[in-house]
Order: sequence, then C-alpha cells, then structure tokens
Amino acid sequence: MSPNGDNSAITNDIVVHKESLSKSGSKKRRIWDFTEKISEGLLFISAFIGVVTVILIFLFLFKEAIPLLMDTTASKTLASKNWYPISNPPVFGLVPLIAGSIIVTFGAIVISVPLGVGAAIYLSMVASPTVREILKPAIEVLAGIPSVVVGFFGMAVLAPLIKNLFHLPTGLTALTGAITLALMALPTITSISEDAISTVPRRYMEASLSLGATRWQAIRTVIVPAALSGITAATMLGIGRAIGETMTVLMVTGNAGIIPDSFLVPVRTMTATIAAEMGEVARGSDHYYALFVVGAVLFLMTFVINLVADIVSRRMKEVE
Amino acid sequence: MNSLKKFSKVVALAAVVGLLGTVVAGCGGSKQDAAKPAADMGIKGSIQVKGSDTIVNLSQAMAEEFMKKNKDASVAVTGGGSGTGIKALVNGTTDLCNSSRNMTAEEKAEIKGKTQKDVKEIVIANDGIGFIVNKDNPVKELTMEQLSDIYTGKVSNWKELGGNDEKIVVYARETSSGTHVFVKEHVMKNKEYRSDALLQNSNAAIVKEVEGNKGAIGYVGLGYLKDTIKTLGVKKDAGSAAVMPSESSVKDKSYPVSRPLFVYAAGEPQGVAKAFVDFILSSEGQAIVKKMDFVSIN
Repeated sequence: MSPNGDNSAITNDIVVHKESLSKSGSKKRRIWDFTEKISEGLLFISAFIGVVTVILIFLFLFKEAIPLLMDTTASKTLASKNWYPISNPPVFGLVPLIAGSIIVTFGAIVISVPLGVGAAIYLSMVASPTVREILKPAIEVLAGIPSVVVGFFGMAVLAPLIKNLFHLPTGLTALTGAITLALMALPTITSISEDAISTVPRRYMEASLSLGATRWQAIRTVIVPAALSGITAATMLGIGRAIGETMTVLMVTGNAGIIPDSFLVPVRTMTATIAAEMGEVARGSDHYYALFVVGAVLFLMTFVINLVADIVSRRMKEVE
Repeated sequence: MNSLKKFSKVVALAAVVGLLGTVVAGCGGSKQDAAKPAADMGIKGSIQVKGSDTIVNLSQAMAEEFMKKNKDASVAVTGGGSGTGIKALVNGTTDLCNSSRNMTAEEKAEIKGKTQKDVKEIVIANDGIGFIVNKDNPVKELTMEQLSDIYTGKVSNWKELGGNDEKIVVYARETSSGTHVFVKEHVMKNKEYRSDALLQNSNAAIVKEVEGNKGAIGYVGLGYLKDTIKTLGVKKDAGSAAVMPSESSVKDKSYPVSRPLFVYAAGEPQGVAKAFVDFILSSEGQAIVKKMDFVSIN
C-alpha cells in the first residue's frame, strides 16, 4: 500500500501528450494556437521595450556625464564645497547638493513614516469597514495632488508659518521642504504598509488575543513585527519618492548651495539644481556635463534604494 | 509549433531593433537648413531667431505681430540662453541671435572665421535692474560697491550700511538667468555670489520673498518694481548722487545697473531677417518693448 504507487497509476491515466493537442486537426484550434503565439510575441515585445528603455536612459545619462569626469581640472572640483557652475573657472562641488537632498529626504521620512505606518495600522486593524472605505480613497487622493500645487502651498502657507515660529530670516528652509515632501510620500507609505499588515495571517492576531493580549499589545508585539519587511519596503519607496521630487523642493527650499548645519537653513537639492539650470546651459559645455553628473549620481542613489526595497519585499514573501 | 514560437520571437526582436534604430538615429541631432536665400518679391520665407531667455518672450511677441502683418513670412523664436544663440550663429543654424550681453571679441572673430562676414550688432531695447528691500528697511540708497559687498558676502548685517541690526538675507536669480550673470559681471565685478544666497526662479518669487522679509534684498527687472516693496537708489560711487531706476534713467544711462539688449546677425540681415529687424526698430515694435516692461530705444 504505497501511496506513491497509487499516484503514479493515476497520473498515467490522465497524462495528455502535447502532440495530441497541437495536432488536433480542427481549423478553430489552429486559429487559437496562432493568436496565442501572436499575443505571446506582443507581451514579449512590451517586456523587452521596458527593459531596453531603462538601459538606454542609463547609457545616455552616463555618456553625457563622462566628458566631465575625463576633464581633470573640472572633475577635481566635484568634491569641493561650493557649486559655482558659471564662474571662471567653474566649481562643480556636489557636496552641498548631495547634502541638501539627503537632509530634506531624511526629514521627510522622519515625519512621514510614523504617520504613514500609524495610518496603515488604523486602516487595516482598527477602523470599521465604513470608515476604511472613506479614508483609504482620501489618502490616495493625496498622491494625486500635482507637485506644483503642493509647492505653492509650501511657499504661501508653510514658509511664513515656519519663519515666524522659529524667528528665521527666511521661511524657505530644509524643514519646509521636508514637511511638503512628507505630505507627498505619505500615500505611498500608507498604502504599501497597509497591504503588508493586511497580509499577516489572521490566526496570529487570534492566537495572541486568546493568550490574553489586548488588541494594542497584539498589534505592537505581533502584527507590526510580522509585517516589518513590508513596512521597510514602503519606507524605501517613500525615500525614493522624496529624493526624486523636483518641482516642490525647487519652490520651497530656497536653493542656496550651502552644506546645511540644521533643518532651519535654506538648502539646494540635486533635482532642483538640474531643473533650475538646464534651461540656459549651453549644450556641450562643462556645466551641461556637470548637470548630467548630478543626474547620474541621483540615478545611482535611487537605483540602490529601489534595489534594497525590492530585496526586502522579496524576503517578506519568503516569510509567508 | 516550435517554429511558430521562434517566428514570433524573431518578429518581436525585429520590431525592437527597428525602434532602437530610430532612437539612435534621433540622437544624432538634426541639422537645420541653413538660411534660405531671400526672396526678391515681397517678404517670403522663414527665419530662426535663437538666444537669450531674457529676451525670448519679447522676441516671441514681436514675431507674432510681425507674422500677422506678413502672411508669407514665418519667424521661429527659441530661447536657450545668449551663449547658445551665439554658438548657433557661429554654426550657421540661426539667422538672428538674441543676446542680453555684448558679444566678446573672440566670438566675433570666430563668426568672421566661419562665415567670412562681419558681425552686425543691433540694440533693440534697454533693460534696467532694480534692487529692492522690505518696506520696513530704513536704508534708502546704496553704492555699487556696497551692493557688491552684500552679494559677495563681505557685509552681512544691515547696521553696517546704516540700517537696523538685522541679518541681510540675499536673494538672487538662478544661474540660468541672464540677470544673474549681468549682476555678477556688472555689479560684483565677476566675484562669486555668497554661497548662502537664495536663488529664485523668477522675478515674482523674489518680490514675494522681499515683501515678507525684513532683512531681505533682491533684484528684479524694471517691470516688477511696485509699491509693496522699497526700491533702492543706486550710486555709482560714494561721491555721486543716488539714481532711482526708471525708464528715463535707464534710457539716459544715468542709472548704473542698466544694459542694452542686442540682436546679432552674421553680415547685414537680408530678406525676412531684415524686415523683422526693421519691424523691431519701428515705433510699433518699440511699443511692444514697452508693453513687455523693457525700455524702448527711441
């Protein structure tokens, strides 16, 4: 009585040879087969184009950045602390730009992760279905607000508020940028965290409740740790969203190319620099190539962030 | 069946390779037609005008009016910066070049070498730059040197200039702006801007910031001076009288921070280009200059 023997006997009965399928003489079957192949080909093209596009963007970006890196006098200035692209000789110090991007992004994440994860826990664990149906779309709408509008809000409402609150010479600071970017990263973080928390099996919750934990204890000690990799991935994507945002930071951070020593000073981010200077730069000049170097560095940073997010979320799937 | 699969893959690959081909070909850069010979009868044909972003809107408005009057002529205006326009003139990819700065001797020589023609310089308008501070700031006037010291960071507090004990917050335009370059060359004598200067994308943004900021100083085009902010008088040096920026003081060059705006051509403009330049210099064209907040030349 070996179950294996039984199994093999059954499979022998229902095995279908592929030849018998494709050799079926009916005309309809041949047409079906043909359309199947066509659609396979089309899907292959779509996937291929996507990959090729990314590779081409990557190549073009670095092709335009290389001339500056080859130019020893100009590339020596890349590590300096000033960004004076139109001086004579020009100084292309990336340090203040990278520092500006990092401080604004860091601030945005510190603000938006607790809010986003909190909202996600509320939506998936606490809220009644009716409330959830109203709140979830409302948060998604936040993602649909154009960045120019958010930037305008930051300039007109937030900047004066921050200026008066901290008695600053100007309200266009890293903090202003961080708050506006937090608004924009919030929907991403909330919806992905919520998915992660919702996929934690119900029995975890039930088990911890039956062991005498309160709902809050169960959420804090069981559910959130179980969904942690998903929350981390959400955070990573939020960082990617914040670091790549252009229009908003261009409007609210003041764009002064200094290395910030606090959140209350104006900063200049990499994205804002590219957007502000691309318009008037002479094609083929050192300044033009320098902007591509900035773009390439930014691309590498976001690439690494996405990669980490991908690895983390894959690990999350393995846990299940 | 296997051959079918292969076939579809081949088709797909062919399509992608074809696409790539077009992309790569597109990267090669398109060559524009060189200037067409002028038509003998009436004003017919098309010209390219390239250059300064300071002038691009003005030029656009001029071209629209000009084309309304001359149905068979077309004038295509693009920005990109004075340097870009001058480069295009060297390469023969534009008929006229807008520039908010004087062409250098080297650039003129380069064009002469390439086209065997002398550069023709036409002043089409004047532009003045006003320095503005907050309404509550007691400072009324500054010398060119003081302005330079503020923008280079040598002076950081208003009390050093006879104002309140207040940190100076310096607003400037982005490096892509012709005005940024003009102030740097003209006022600061090519010294560096202080690194914590707040670079703004538009005149309007500078005005808005100065309105709400007691320690602010900024610079804007003549058309942006208004009552909600205070415009400073500028002295050439400590001994001379302060001059307020205005249409008349820019015209008679008594206001120190003013500049002419140019159109350049390689050789005498012909055909449509000539007609367009004549239109710019006519009273009709100069009325457009006024409307766009620049200062007319007549």
